[in-house]
Amino acid sequence: MLSLERVTKVYRLGAFGLQKLIAVRDVSFEIGEREIVSLIGESGSGKSTIGKLILRLTPITSGTIRFEGTDVSTLNGLSLKEYYRRVQGVFQDPFASFNPIFKADRVFRMVRDEFYPQVGMREWNEKVEGALRAVGLNPPDVLNKFPHQLSGGQLQRFLVARALLLDIRLLIADEIISMLDASTRVDVLNLLADLKARGLSILFITHDLSLGYYISERAIILYRGRIAEMGPTDKIYNRPLHPYTEMLMESVPRLDRKWEEEGRIERKAALTGSVPGGCVYADRCPKAMDICTREEPELKEAETGHFVACWAR
Amino acid sequence: MEQEQPKKVRSEFIFFAWRNAKLRIGVSILLVFIVFAVVGPFLVKYDPYEYSGPMGAPPSREHWFGTTIFGQDVFSQFALGTRSTLTVGLLGGCIGTMVGILVGLLGGYRGGMLDEFLNVITNIILIIPTLAVLIIIAAYLEVRGILTQSLFIGLTAWPWAARAIRAQTFSLRVREFVDLARITGRSSLRIVLTEIAPNMMSYLLLVFILQFGGAVLNAATLDFIGLGPTKGVSLGLIMNNAVLWAALQLGMWWWLLPPGATIAAIVGALYITNVGLDEIFNPKLREM
Amino acid sequence: MLQVENLTVYYKTIRGYVQALEKATFTLADGEIMGLAGESGCGKTTLGHSLIYLRPPMNYIGGRVVLDGQELPIWDMEKMQEFRYRHISLIPQYAMNALNPTRKIGKMIAELLESRGVSYSEILPELKRRLDLVQLTQDVLKMYPIELSGGMKQRMVMVISTLLNPSLLIADEITSALDVSTQKAVCEMLVEFRDRGFVKSTIIITHDISILYQIADSIMVMYAGQLSEKAPTEVVFQDPRHPYTRMLIGSLPKVGVRYQEERLRGIPGSPPQLLNPPPGCRFRDRCPVAFGRCTEVPPFLEISPGHSVACWRAF
Repeated sequence: MLSLERVTKVYRLGAFGLQKLIAVRDVSFEIGEREIVSLIGESGSGKSTIGKLILRLTPITSGTIRFEGTDVSTLNGLSLKEYYRRVQGVFQDPFASFNPIFKADRVFRMVRDEFYPQVGMREWNEKVEGALRAVGLNPPDVLNKFPHQLSGGQLQRFLVARALLLDIRLLIADEIISMLDASTRVDVLNLLADLKARGLSILFITHDLSLGYYISERAIILYRGRIAEMGPTDKIYNRPLHPYTEMLMESVPRLDRKWEEEGRIERKAALTGSVPGGCVYADRCPKAMDICTREEPELKEAETGHFVACWAR
Repeated sequence: MEQEQPKKVRSEFIFFAWRNAKLRIGVSILLVFIVFAVVGPFLVKYDPYEYSGPMGAPPSREHWFGTTIFGQDVFSQFALGTRSTLTVGLLGGCIGTMVGILVGLLGGYRGGMLDEFLNVITNIILIIPTLAVLIIIAAYLEVRGILTQSLFIGLTAWPWAARAIRAQTFSLRVREFVDLARITGRSSLRIVLTEIAPNMMSYLLLVFILQFGGAVLNAATLDFIGLGPTKGVSLGLIMNNAVLWAALQLGMWWWLLPPGATIAAIVGALYITNVGLDEIFNPKLREM
Repeated sequence: MLQVENLTVYYKTIRGYVQALEKATFTLADGEIMGLAGESGCGKTTLGHSLIYLRPPMNYIGGRVVLDGQELPIWDMEKMQEFRYRHISLIPQYAMNALNPTRKIGKMIAELLESRGVSYSEILPELKRRLDLVQLTQDVLKMYPIELSGGMKQRMVMVISTLLNPSLLIADEITSALDVSTQKAVCEMLVEFRDRGFVKSTIIITHDISILYQIADSIMVMYAGQLSEKAPTEVVFQDPRHPYTRMLIGSLPKVGVRYQEERLRGIPGSPPQLLNPPPGCRFRDRCPVAFGRCTEVPPFLEISPGHSVACWRAF
């Protein structure tokens, strides 16, 4: 349904954009029908940039993003609007997603203004209430309120309800529960699972590995703008192939087992900004070989559906 | 467009506004002068330039603020002058604020080359000594009215406002609610007007007040050095004449004091209001 | 050893007092690493900070804090000065970004020590030993904070804040802004510092319970300004007695659990306003087993050694 082909994003910084920051480089993957894909990466991995590129919030530097066959970068005006009717996003900070000086349900009215100006008020209100119930909110509790009167969890559901008012096929969920409390975040996760049951596809962007496992069939591990590993979630979690994924799986605080006593402690910090000729992980990798610093490994299929970019495999 | 305003926020604003002594004082002083600027000219009994009484007379029942060295009524000049000075301040402040908002919002929201370009212009105007330019321009114009004066003052005062607004826009533009409006398919213009600008209202008010004060001061300075409106009367012009005819040396304080004190009071009141508003809008400065 | 009795701290606002911490009573043994967990706004940061920096808008309402047999004058910002840093040290949430950017790190440490009447040159050898321990080169003393990465800064902050071997270290969300790899290193350092006696006991304030499972000896759970439960880590996970603890633990996704196989459940509802909180147990409204008695505040009682809980159903 959605495919990325060698997508690259370079930010220009400084006066007149003289400095370059490569946020994403040659990233290719696909999202199929009714699929939840987790995009996992640490800060600076470029995971949010990919979300922004798909939502056309920032222009692509090179490569193509196709949605149902159409190159997304060619869209404008009406066709872009039609794209947004099918592809929507929810962002990390629920409180920043609402203009603080207006009531929260203004986001619904905005959707009506832009997409359904012909729908009558009564019909529209019914539609809004239906969407709110679909995300597990009780309309009278949440309508007609200001954002600060609602909780983070309620606001995130609100935004999912907003997306449901459109005929969406794909939802980009960018760290949508990282700012929620533990007791409410799992409900929002479950809501995503319900959406999938309704036929939606979801790109679940997260830094939290345990959440990725709970919700998705497929996972993509991103490191400094490159895909390190990609495949079925259980394989990635139980038998990681890339040394970076291995390190992640060892470091993530799990509730089912404790860290090993003398585990490999990652004390080397990633160099920022530099683009070495070889593998981006080579400077931290315990398995690094000669070739790793010279040539960049391509993403290769190690077993069915399981890809890894590492010379050691 | 968006009709509703947060009740809670608004009542909180009024609560703090009422508690803030600086704001109360500033606004009261301003109101006195604004009312005077509106009503004053109707109380005038003489033409400001008519030789209507004894020369250089101190305040009396006939001439409330005394007369000039030529026997013109100072109160008549003062009443009309206050009106024109406030008008220049208001107009000049409005123009400066508008241009600043436009340039700041545009550059801040669009970014890229447009922003770089606007930034260069802003910086150039910012470093040119404004007063010198105003003097040169004013000196070349044969006929100068209140309107042209406001225009010049406004068009040279906007750069710092533009910079401040640009910085604010920058920080608001990356907020998620702007992204959300974009993926709802809103046009850039509507996003700037309905998402970004409303969040800066308090800030824009502060900018306007500072521009207003600056314009009053600039106008008075120009008038004082003889480059004010060629026709009409203003507080700066009264002072200009008074100094020209050695009012101070002759002990004619009534000629110099009213316009001088009024300019100081208006500008001072605007700044006090500004500080008061700042305290209200910025919770960190609120007195608990 | 830290003993806290009936510590009550409110925030003063124009609408009244926000009852952020209500009668907290607990002890922390020497050598204990205690995790202080709870949702945002539960009062965990208020509790941590009130032990060392109780300043407005925080208001001391009542209670005692005794550290190593000596009562701390926590209500007096001035008098606390002699205890701060020497005996109690706090690493605030954004400490690593709060390092003065214009000072070289070594100079900053020297100034800090001087203000406490400690000679920098005397402590320098120990400082270097500790830098080695956390795998920072001694060159960092000649560097500016901006030259260090996030993880390095966090390690630096930890070394600085424990340099005088305080009895108690309070670490407020020090891992939440870090990547998982650096997070683990910082956590292991907390344990190592305790093992080496750099600090006697540690309070780790965090919303991330999985981190506490890894390194804490005990966990204390707070809800809406009240202590809910304190127990050894294993007990909190195996046999939680407070319904809130139970539901909180139950809502955490574990690696290996998928929504298709085991659908986790959150806690419906939201915490009460603390401006005028309802009387009694503040979890009452969201609690599935609440009954009449819950309109009274349950005492925080020890039900087995080291396991205290505030719930009428647990007694």
